[in-house]
Amino acid sequence: MKRPIEPLLWGLFSAGGVVAALLMPVHLFLFGLAIPLGWLEPPSFEGLQSLAAHPLARLYLFVLCSLPLFHWAHRFRFTLYDGLQIKHLNEVISAVCYGGAILGTFVAGYVFLVSR
Amino acid sequence: MNASKPFTEFHPRWFRQRPSTYWWLWKWAYLRFVLRELSSLAVAWCVVLTLLQARALAAGAAPYADLQDWLRTPWVALLNAVCLSFLMFHSITWFQLAPRAMVVRLGGWRVPDALIIAGNFAAWFAASAAVAWLALGAGR
Repeated sequence: MKRPIEPLLWGLFSAGGVVAALLMPVHLFLFGLAIPLGWLEPPSFEGLQSLAAHPLARLYLFVLCSLPLFHWAHRFRFTLYDGLQIKHLNEVISAVCYGGAILGTFVAGYVFLVSR
Repeated sequence: MNASKPFTEFHPRWFRQRPSTYWWLWKWAYLRFVLRELSSLAVAWCVVLTLLQARALAAGAAPYADLQDWLRTPWVALLNAVCLSFLMFHSITWFQLAPRAMVVRLGGWRVPDALIIAGNFAAWFAASAAVAWLALGAGR
């Protein structure tokens, strides 16, 4: 079956992979471990809040969340397809994965670009 | 239809044995491939965490402190540590594969793979340092 949308999905996967590879380890290390566990001196709440409210930071966080979701969708789809050989559910898996990424992008857009 | 080829009316079914669902468990190269694919779950978790942090930050100091408490619970910290190792695995394998996906030429000279990989790692460290500097310096 010809899938003209496949190059777009692969492009999003690739772009999300770059964003995730470059930026996610430091984010998870800082905000998931080092700051809450007190390994590093935490930034002040007000400082972090105003940093996150900056328009450039909002745009950055939106990209940080949306593109990697498409990376996840593409990889997870093929993990289920190749790894677990769930081939008969191909359409359902694609719908859940890419639909999840699109939904997540809307949520991220609302959180970072629309609200406040 | 090629008349010179013998034709059987009832085509025999190919004998194909379905590989085990756990085909990837018994060889390191396959396991590595599946672990790399599973790193995408850590990526998705990191997105969820970033959204939760943003929501808590916007909601005020008390919800933010609650989230920090939750992040300190052992199972969340353990999950984050496991996810961080998967993310590192993704970064390292991604940067190492980059020269195969993208050949860089400068005026006919093909940039060697090792140089592209080194450039990727340098960009990774620079981006990480910039994020850490901005985040940890916030409010100081």
